Amino acid sequence: MTLQPLLAVNALSCERGGRRLFSPISLSVLPGDYIELIGANGSGKSTLLRTLAGLHSQFTGEYRSQDALYQGHRLGLDGLLTPLENLAWFAGLEDHTSDHETTLNALDRTGVLTMAYSLCGAMSAGQQRRVAMARWLLSSRKLWLLDEPLTALDASAQDLLRDVIAEHCAKGGAVICATHNAIAIDGKSELILDASIAETLP
Amino acid sequence: MIRGALVREWQVLLRAKGAVINPLAFLLLTTMLFVIAAPDAITTDEASAVAPGVLWTLVLLTQLLALDSMYRRDFDSGVLEQTLVSAQVPFVTVLIRIFMQWLSTGFIMACLGPVLGVMLGLSFQALPATALALLLGTPALSLLGSVGASVTVGFNRGGVILALLVLPLFLPTLVFGADMVMAAQAGRSVMPQVYALSLISLVALALAPFATLAGLKISLEMQ
Repeated sequence: MTLQPLLAVNALSCERGGRRLFSPISLSVLPGDYIELIGANGSGKSTLLRTLAGLHSQFTGEYRSQDALYQGHRLGLDGLLTPLENLAWFAGLEDHTSDHETTLNALDRTGVLTMAYSLCGAMSAGQQRRVAMARWLLSSRKLWLLDEPLTALDASAQDLLRDVIAEHCAKGGAVICATHNAIAIDGKSELILDASIAETLP
Repeated sequence: MIRGALVREWQVLLRAKGAVINPLAFLLLTTMLFVIAAPDAITTDEASAVAPGVLWTLVLLTQLLALDSMYRRDFDSGVLEQTLVSAQVPFVTVLIRIFMQWLSTGFIMACLGPVLGVMLGLSFQALPATALALLLGTPALSLLGSVGASVTVGFNRGGVILALLVLPLFLPTLVFGADMVMAAQAGRSVMPQVYALSLISLVALALAPFATLAGLKISLEMQ
């Protein structure tokens, strides 16, 4: 039985401000894959992830993707809501409901259970990242697109992040992660964005 | 999903009361400033000709003030991009946002309309028509304003551009709204203006959410 790819990319190259960012890439992401996106600053890692999430439409080539979970630099947490309310909203967005118990367990796992009822706006950057991680745990999306997920995380949270990603891959999900600090996960592959051909388009 | 979006909007509205109170305070203050600056205008007969126009202009400016922050918080926090990536129907979310924006500004201004009318010296027979005109006209302001807010949300200082973009769009509502109050004051039938204002709001309802969605996509792509 062949696995259905979660994402198929064919000769994709992103453009931004009239410049092509990297040489065209092709890849097929299967369930269980962990792909680390590597490239210098400005090589288009974030733009590639935004493109795959459907937020950026200036590109050549093509891709086919299932509904993905996208985590950008902005976390998508409303500062005026508590983690519980934010997570309930995310669940509604993806059209599934998560019961109170499951949500609390996810917050417990990411170590912010004690903050469950305080406003996200009053939390530290790292704590907000942990709440965002709880959202990944609750999501039903198979393909995760993570942009610099290690930002602002302490050592224990970095270990947690590695476990969460490994677990997700083991359950048949796939993760594409743009990062400058390698995350130690078995069987990972690297995708290097080659910005040397960056050229100004006519 | 609709329930989730409604619950969220409601919770935010309750916790960010400033977003509701500030524009209203602005409206009351500017009305009072006008009354103080031109006291003769409301005691003489000329007043009746000026007051409807002043009232509607101030409502427009208040709406403009509130529109600037319509999508900014959601844009800065990333809620907007998550909505566009993950929501099954982003259109519905946009529609709910516009409705809540109207509820927190236009609707309350319509309720306050008669009070403002009294301050500006409108005759009593014109007060119900004032409230009705605002009730029918302000949805168009929120809907059309939402389009302007969606394309300027990516700019750091989008306020001026927003004003240049949406004030011309507000013109038909201003014309028929002020005319309706004037007609009521003169004892004429207000039905033509009722139809006109309803038509403007309904056309805006049909077009503005799509334009807003497109505007938000462009704004998210630019950054």
